[in-house]
Amino acid sequence: MAKIIVVTSGKGGVGKTTTSASFATGLAMRGHRTAVIDFDVGLRNLDLIMGVERRVVFDFVNVINGEANLKQALIKDKQYDKLSILAASQTRDKDALSQEGVERVLNELAQDFDYIVCDSPAGIEKGAFMAMYFADEALVVTNPEVSSVRDSDRVLGILSSKSRKAERGEGKVREHLVLTRYNPSRVAKGEMLSVDDVKEILAIPLLGVVPESPTVLTSSNSGVPVIREENSDAGAAYKDLVARFLGEEVPHRFITEQKKGLLSKLFGGQ
Amino acid sequence: MDWLKIFRAEKKTTAQTAKERLMVAVAYQRSGNANGPAYLPKMREELLGVVRKYVQVPDDAVQFTVQREDGLEVLELNITLPEQ
Repeated sequence: MAKIIVVTSGKGGVGKTTTSASFATGLAMRGHRTAVIDFDVGLRNLDLIMGVERRVVFDFVNVINGEANLKQALIKDKQYDKLSILAASQTRDKDALSQEGVERVLNELAQDFDYIVCDSPAGIEKGAFMAMYFADEALVVTNPEVSSVRDSDRVLGILSSKSRKAERGEGKVREHLVLTRYNPSRVAKGEMLSVDDVKEILAIPLLGVVPESPTVLTSSNSGVPVIREENSDAGAAYKDLVARFLGEEVPHRFITEQKKGLLSKLFGGQ
Repeated sequence: MDWLKIFRAEKKTTAQTAKERLMVAVAYQRSGNANGPAYLPKMREELLGVVRKYVQVPDDAVQFTVQREDGLEVLELNITLPEQ
């Protein structure tokens, strides 16, 4: 039985698509058949982050409307053959995502994949709701910043009351906190909420902390999910996060400030 | 370097302020109307209709509060009648 995971946050620009791309790639790197779907109808972006924008022929809405079948619309990743991407439509309106249509596509994907990752749009409108509704588990992407934390709390409320699991009384959607753009030195100075602060406020288990890192931008420039960057701490954090998701015990890194040696202090090395 | 702090007045960091503000905002969100049952607005509307069959009251005459205590949900309904 395939597992459906929504990557959500409420607030925009906190790293949902970055997380979806790296998380899905990470699952495929570990040998799991993974499909990742962009639910942001009208503002497609996952294809760019994953570097497949020139290979999009048919999209999610085409499949829902029966204008293309799933096999035609799924884009197979060139690096990892276990990974497939389903792009969002760029032109249609958000009402194109009907509940029956989304359910049908997810059921069909569930026959060929182990994990289905749903990249939610920002907000709590139809697209975000559809991405959340069928989820078994949720990655709640949060920045250590007041508006992001409050929006995440709001999304957690919706997950626990309006998801299919909640409606059918089939238990809870399993929630995971993913704290992104974390800057340990600002935390040490008291300028930024700490991991423990956010954990205490949201009261959900921590899956991973991704440090603020220049490679998130540079890897997106070239359409490579940051998890594939060998020497990036953000990439390493995503690898750890995937391992933890798969049940491994991996200690958290990048939470405390890296003390710079005298030489790197003098020469300003990264 | 920490002993220097003794000479400075202990000042609250902005991160601490953020945490305190969030605790309040989130508590409001969890207890209050934001997460109340979805039928509340409609129920309020209908109750207002019933009351208006007998007394002319303004829109805000019917008020709800939802409170959660020890796993128990309490719905408090308040109807304010106009002074004669």
